[in-house]
Amino acid sequence: MTDVAAPNGPRIAPSVHRGLVLPVALLAAWELSSRLGLADPRFLPPLEIIARSGWHEMMEGRLWGDLLASLRRDLSGFGLGATIGIALGTVLGLSRLADRILTPWFNGLKQIALVAWIPLISMWFGFDEAAKVVFVALAACIPVVLNTQEGVRAAPLPLIEVGRTLRFSRTQFLLRLHLPAALPSILTGLHLGLIYAWLATVGAEYFMAVGPGIGGLIIAGRERFDMPLVLLGILILGCIGFAIDRMAGWIEHRLIRWH
Amino acid sequence: MTSPRGQIDISGVTKRFRIKDRPLLALDQISLSVAPGEFVSIVGPSGCGKSTLLRLLAGLERADSGRLVKDGTEISGPSLDRGLVFQEPRLFPWLTVVQNITLGLQNQRMSRAERRRGVAEHIDLVGLAGFENAYPHQLSGGMAQRAAIARALVNRPEVLLLDEPFGALDALTRARLQGELQRIWAHEGITMLLVTHDVDEAVILGDRVVVMAPRPGRIARGVEVDLPHPRIRADDRLVRLRNDIILGLEADEASTNAQRPAAA
Ligand SMILES: Nc1ncnc2c1ncn2[C@@H]1O[C@H](COP(=O)(O)OP(=O)(O)O)[C@@H](O)[C@H]1O
Ligand SMILES: [Mg+2]
Repeated sequence: MTDVAAPNGPRIAPSVHRGLVLPVALLAAWELSSRLGLADPRFLPPLEIIARSGWHEMMEGRLWGDLLASLRRDLSGFGLGATIGIALGTVLGLSRLADRILTPWFNGLKQIALVAWIPLISMWFGFDEAAKVVFVALAACIPVVLNTQEGVRAAPLPLIEVGRTLRFSRTQFLLRLHLPAALPSILTGLHLGLIYAWLATVGAEYFMAVGPGIGGLIIAGRERFDMPLVLLGILILGCIGFAIDRMAGWIEHRLIRWH
Repeated sequence: MTSPRGQIDISGVTKRFRIKDRPLLALDQISLSVAPGEFVSIVGPSGCGKSTLLRLLAGLERADSGRLVKDGTEISGPSLDRGLVFQEPRLFPWLTVVQNITLGLQNQRMSRAERRRGVAEHIDLVGLAGFENAYPHQLSGGMAQRAAIARALVNRPEVLLLDEPFGALDALTRARLQGELQRIWAHEGITMLLVTHDVDEAVILGDRVVVMAPRPGRIARGVEVDLPHPRIRADDRLVRLRNDIILGLEADEASTNAQRPAAA
């Protein structure tokens, strides 16, 4: 599999089992320290209390609504960003002119930390849902553009020559050669895009107007100094991020049958 | 009656490359004519320009001077009536055998049914029945090369160019595919140019063997193989021809090496 990681991007997760060792150990240490009175329960409440808080939020609180709001935001932003990313990456990968004109810009812009875009996006799109989705789309778009461009450009010369001897048209080159050859790379980009989109969803919920969402839940917990609620929110964020990563990895594996 | 097609005329063709700013004369004033339906083998040490010559005929490269003509028309680019088989199968890894062969037909004006029939016929012709839906990574080297031959033949080209197509195969598979190629050639009646480094292969298959020499790439001699097809490997006359050609190649090499210090 071609594995073009975005700059500073996380590598694709190793096996689930190894991935579980650290969180489980941390949870155990957490539980032990709060039980043995090593940590102040106001800052590190025992897991049991968090579970109870979770149960409570699920049954009569806003947990489900928040979760749904965050996921919807995440997926709409990802869908938008991925579509733009694949289109832009394909153009940059195929057209030398576009590459020369746009890539320096793109490389410059991507150096800007993602959160630094928030004020600008807020001024353009306001503070509510649209702005958040745009921010998530921007985050998802970057690794998709980079990996798509890389993959489309890397179509093997020997196969290009086959296409020439068979008199491929431009469209045939694109559909029969460049895009399929880029598929592993595009999937890697989409996978990273999913991870980035989730991080951006949380970021948008933290830094933009408060609304429904897991980020909003955490902020509400902070304001009420409700430590179990804050920790519950963070645990949920982690679990969803993990689930998204595993699912993307699985789909990726399924789609590339010819390997 | 229309005259048979697949005539090739190469006259005074020169091709230069630049390697690290130093010019390299890959082909120097090559002239060669091939009759319709003829089978010509091309042998010569590596680097003497055999692949370059085939790539020029396929239209993948442009000559610096001289003319390459097929059936009276100058070759100016790739065409479906000139098929090319490379040393590596070069199958598209994400397509099955059938889909790979169908690629050859996608720019041919024909109905879906005709296309399917053409592909099926060529799968039978190269002996790949039963492997239609296999992906390239599931095929042996010999089977992959059969698929590549089918992809080049499915357009019914008038000329088939083969660049060391069996070079990477084991001896047994190679012998079997040589037999198949002979049968296909007899069946299709098209012109074939086969580049090979295997002199046995060259004399078994060719009506004529063209021997090339390097630095600069040129044609050293042509040898007629005036024996009926299909031929038997152990035929005395074939063995004698083969030995003559190998002796000639060794003599070429000795003289090139003798010239080299002076040239350098
Ligand atoms: N695209 C290229 N660029 C530069 N040099 C080349 C290129 N193709 C072939 N050559 C050179 O031309 C000469 C002939 O090459 P080739 O036709 O591949 O020889 P052969 O097939 O007989 O081994 C070699 O010296 C090779 O290095
Ligand atoms: Mg060669």
